[in-house]
Amino acid sequence: MANIVIDGIRKNFGAFEALKDISLTISDGEFVSLLGPSGCGKTTLLRIIAGLETATSGDVLIGERSVIGLPPKDRGLAMVFQNYAVFPHMTVYENVAFGLRMQKADDRRVKEQVEKAAGLLHIEPYLDRYPNKLSGGQRQRVAVARALAVEPRVLLMDEPLSNLDALLRLEMRTELKTVLQGAGTTTIYVTHDQTEAMGLSNRIAVMHDGVVEQVGSPVEIYNHPATRFVGGFIGNPPMNFITVAVEDGAVAAGTLRLPAPAGAGREVVLGLRGEAVALAAPGDGLDMTVRVAEPMGSHLLLTGAIHGQPVRVILPPAERVRGGDVISLRPDLDRITWLSPESGKSYPAAMA
Amino acid sequence: MSQNRPWIPYVLILPSVAFLALLFLVPLVQTIWLSMSDNGVPSLANAQRMAGDLNFTRSLKNTFLLTLAVVPVQLAIALAMGTMVGKIGRGRETILWIWTIPLGISDLAAGLVWLAILQNSGYFNSLLYGLGIIERQTSWLSYQTPVALFLAIAVAEIWRGTAIVMVIIVAGLNQVPKEFREAAEIFGAGPWVRFWRITLPLIRPALQSALILRTVLAFEVFSVVYALGGRNFPVLVGEAYNWQNQNQNYGVAAAYAVLIMVVSLAATVVYLRAIKVDPERLP
Repeated sequence: MANIVIDGIRKNFGAFEALKDISLTISDGEFVSLLGPSGCGKTTLLRIIAGLETATSGDVLIGERSVIGLPPKDRGLAMVFQNYAVFPHMTVYENVAFGLRMQKADDRRVKEQVEKAAGLLHIEPYLDRYPNKLSGGQRQRVAVARALAVEPRVLLMDEPLSNLDALLRLEMRTELKTVLQGAGTTTIYVTHDQTEAMGLSNRIAVMHDGVVEQVGSPVEIYNHPATRFVGGFIGNPPMNFITVAVEDGAVAAGTLRLPAPAGAGREVVLGLRGEAVALAAPGDGLDMTVRVAEPMGSHLLLTGAIHGQPVRVILPPAERVRGGDVISLRPDLDRITWLSPESGKSYPAAMA
Repeated sequence: MSQNRPWIPYVLILPSVAFLALLFLVPLVQTIWLSMSDNGVPSLANAQRMAGDLNFTRSLKNTFLLTLAVVPVQLAIALAMGTMVGKIGRGRETILWIWTIPLGISDLAAGLVWLAILQNSGYFNSLLYGLGIIERQTSWLSYQTPVALFLAIAVAEIWRGTAIVMVIIVAGLNQVPKEFREAAEIFGAGPWVRFWRITLPLIRPALQSALILRTVLAFEVFSVVYALGGRNFPVLVGEAYNWQNQNQNYGVAAAYAVLIMVVSLAATVVYLRAIKVDPERLP
């Protein structure tokens, strides 16, 4: 068990800046996801923490001790790889035992730990088999068991579920959460899948173009995105952005006049979650031209435009709206995020 | 399509089958018959004559010793080269290209290059003399210096034949995803452990192919030996050549050829048994 401090990490590949001054503190026992689109630098950051990649500058501390310059094995960590990296020429037992064998643990302890880890991940029936006889999900369990068997201070996971099919991914996600909650290991989890990050993490660090855009709990990040990128990346459908004019300190949106955020210029971006609206009486609120209405069973998904700008909103399933309709929407004022059209950053939430 | 015309695949492979039959199977059967017959009658006379020959035991011993000395060294060098080139990012192709140059040089030319280096008035002696290590030209390739001759031939063979092993090993190493080595590193395996316990077992198919190919070629060694040692270092193919051309005795030459084939097949079986390739245990 240990905390992790990432302090000013930079990484250049030639002229390309993959990581631009990343700092992040992860508490002991915390589960933090690095979430971002491919190419944002999240895997590079994980590999730097693991010691598989060297940073151009900056420091990584695990349990108050700088590990920059230490080989991976002296950093007290274990890792689960995207393609599992379960050794095909060893039985499942020997795979799970690998880290302990390398530590020269005696056979009794190896057996104890392997059985414990195998029990947690329900792979006892396969211990004598070779990995190629197993399914992707089973191999992933072996990879996680191998990591847990050494009782690492820090567990690193690089897109561990992305090679699994959707149903299995959901199942493994739940199971991973159960297992890791019990182990209490500090975990860094790299993913591009927001539902994985939201479901598993204590905190999420959203990364984009080598920069951490926002760090916060899943709910914080969802409700109060710090940047337009975060709002647009998190949530399904993503947050809607409607550019509106500011006049005399107020924003005119349809028939509504909303107080403009402090520091706003002539225009401001109204960030609105698709479900943070309610149907209003015609002509009272924001007018939306509905292009397509998709009844999803649990909700009604509408795609169209407000102020000529594309939006997606979610209404209760019973509402009767069809493509071509013009409807009026009333936004939930507490759930509006105001963003600067220039910097894309959000204005601090106004005190209600 | 192919269900309507099931004979199409057979037609397509017919030319190569005919080619093989004409230029490989027929001569093979003829050679075997030639070695096991005497004036059209089955006979072991050729084999007896071969085994009774003065040079038979020497050539057999030399060929085996050379194979035993050369193949393991070539494998070790090829593994080292393959591992080194795997760590190189830019310029990798160029280095591989340079390393495979010996593959493009004919056996005999390679032998002559080494002869130019190692003969009495060669570059090696000039160098040693220039450095003051020897006082006069020393002979390395004569029948009076069998150890030096053996070493010279072994070195020349290693230089000439390592590239093919390396090419196969590099191809094998490319098949192993780097995550296996990284995972091993994370879990505490040092470079040696990673090499012996992860990399080597995972490139078994390449090891097997490289060893079979290189060993069979080593049993067929001839040109380099002929250029450097002549008849001072008899080998099996050299004896076959002599019986064929000098003695004009095709039967005994055929017996040598069949012996080389049997030895090569035996070596192949040994490798197939010793380095088992189980597809279940490969990446």
